Amino acid sequence: MTTSTGVGELNDLEELQKRSHPIRGVVTLIVGVIGLIIAIGLSISFGAADISLGTVWTAVTHFSPELTTHQIIHDIRLPRVLGAALVGASFAVAGAIMQGMTRNPLADSGLLGLNSGAAFMLAVCFAFFPGLPYMYLILWSFVGAGLGVAIVYGIGSLSKGGLTPMRLVLAGAAVSALLGALGEGVALYFRIGQDLAFWYAGGVSGTKWSHLQILSPWILVAMIGALVLSRSITVLSLGEEIAVGLGQRTAVVKIWGMIIVLVLAGAAVSVVGAVGFVGLIIPHLTRYIVGHDYRWIIACSLVYGALLVVLADLVARVINPPYETPIGALIAFIGVPFFLYLARKGGKEL
Amino acid sequence: MNNSYLTPSQLKAKRKNFSILATLIVLIVITFVISMNTGVIKLTPMEVLRTLFGQGDAQQQLILYEFRLPRIVIAVLVGMGLAISGAILQGISKNALADPGILGINAGAGLAVMLYVSFFPTTKAAPVYLLPILAFVGAGLTAVLIYSLSYRRHEGITPMRLILTGVAVAAGISSAMIVLTLRLSPENYQFVAIWLAGSIWGSNWRFVLSLLPWLVILLPFVYSKSRVLNVLNLGELTAVGLGASIEKERRWLLAAAVGLAGASVSVSGGIGFVGLVAPHLARQLVGAKHQFLLPTAALLGGFLVLMADTIGRSILEPSEIPAGIVVAVLGAPYFLYLLARLKE
Repeated sequence: MTTSTGVGELNDLEELQKRSHPIRGVVTLIVGVIGLIIAIGLSISFGAADISLGTVWTAVTHFSPELTTHQIIHDIRLPRVLGAALVGASFAVAGAIMQGMTRNPLADSGLLGLNSGAAFMLAVCFAFFPGLPYMYLILWSFVGAGLGVAIVYGIGSLSKGGLTPMRLVLAGAAVSALLGALGEGVALYFRIGQDLAFWYAGGVSGTKWSHLQILSPWILVAMIGALVLSRSITVLSLGEEIAVGLGQRTAVVKIWGMIIVLVLAGAAVSVVGAVGFVGLIIPHLTRYIVGHDYRWIIACSLVYGALLVVLADLVARVINPPYETPIGALIAFIGVPFFLYLARKGGKEL
Repeated sequence: MNNSYLTPSQLKAKRKNFSILATLIVLIVITFVISMNTGVIKLTPMEVLRTLFGQGDAQQQLILYEFRLPRIVIAVLVGMGLAISGAILQGISKNALADPGILGINAGAGLAVMLYVSFFPTTKAAPVYLLPILAFVGAGLTAVLIYSLSYRRHEGITPMRLILTGVAVAAGISSAMIVLTLRLSPENYQFVAIWLAGSIWGSNWRFVLSLLPWLVILLPFVYSKSRVLNVLNLGELTAVGLGASIEKERRWLLAAAVGLAGASVSVSGGIGFVGLVAPHLARQLVGAKHQFLLPTAALLGGFLVLMADTIGRSILEPSEIPAGIVVAVLGAPYFLYLLARLKE
């Protein structure tokens, strides 16, 4: 996005370079990828029927439909694990972009009205069209998420001073409260609150290949977009004025950032509901380790977000079989103490 | 404040502010009269007036004094408490998203109520008097937990750390509530869900008495700290330069915010949005000076909750919509409208 190479830009970028740690970034990324592969392997092998890691390997490389274990892996566990990884990566990257663009450490995709929009639509579906197939529920959730974003963004850009980060955050909070209240009202009136709670508690358990086929192209394209955009987000995270001074067309960056967040978080929310805490803590964690360069923050968030949700899903199945513990509760259970530790340790880094 | 030091434009602004306060009071009175008339048994405004002056019959007296009046008073008090609590939190944290929820007050109170309902689900009579106490204890404990987790020796509390800690603790509590939700029976779930959505269900003079002392003591205290809040708003360094002992002032103000929100939430459930929106609206109406901001926010909060409760009671008679939902549905669009219309 930056075209001119003025002295001021060089100074600012040098300043930035000092605050980012590329070597740490590489190490963190490698450790994360290895951890993710191990976690995925473990997650496939553990469950109601224990399957050895060797079998997992042959099931992926030489799939034979006659074997029950291969069928379990192929039809149930693999889509579920991949779903968990996709969801985690999406939430984390969306959260990282949100925090970079708004410069508010409390920002995550929920602030754009995504979560409440999806929850509202889901409540409407449960109330008026009971028994709707899973597929349509996901689609309507995504529509709801888009609706939430559209309102927030519309209000923000209608206003006289343009879409400032502060205005975005406030509009997001208000729209979330509004849609949240409407959803709550529908849920109370039709007495479907607990059904909704069960839906959200289900997490990624219902993921099938057909869902992944629909979701993954969108998510992959958005991820690539996020990585392409990451350098501009670093500049934007220095502050609107500095970004403009460096020759950035901030409005373009913001619009693309918003679209990417909508696709990523919208897809993720529609599958598992608001496990928003992933999008809040993972970017904080990666920023704490790799510094303020969003190329590294986004890449690491992608890997660690996936890792966290895969692990949480694994623990959710193993902890109290045959019942599944709500995945959102587990993520909070892992994430909260960690976040508290960071908040205490980190000081100004956060 | 001495008028002789003010320029004509400042005087004009001051007059405008007083007229805004007066308008709000009139609005509350009007809503009060409407609310008195709202309910299954209709009373004409004349009957209401006559009953208020002691001329009504026994049934009218019962309806007004035992059912409607306490509920109205509670609605106004709750709104005031939450609004002032939000104004304090936004003032000392300088974060526009701060509301009583960030201190985990709603979450803590909610968890206490949910725990109680899931372990002692059957008795319908006992909880009515126990719940506010439990909710208050839950709210207070959570606030203390968040404060001590974000406290560091030599440094004390920084607003940013307080907010982050608050968000994390609230998220933890909410997830514990998800787990509990799945174990509740449908009837108990409905009770808790209505409680969490925020409804003025404790329409009883006893609740008024449990709420009133907090406001009578804390509102004047906070108002007397208006100047401190103004200074804190300028930024930490300026505040130190001006000689404010930040840590001490902040601790007292925080304690006041917890007391107000805890007491309010304990009788009303989670009407969190008032604490967020009322101070913002007030700031846009009368500016950032807390001498005017605080009373305006308090009146706005009281008006919002009273109106929301009145509408919630009348729209789906005889069933009710929780006031918290009505507040968000009415307050959010107006808030968004202001956000779109104003420059900063």
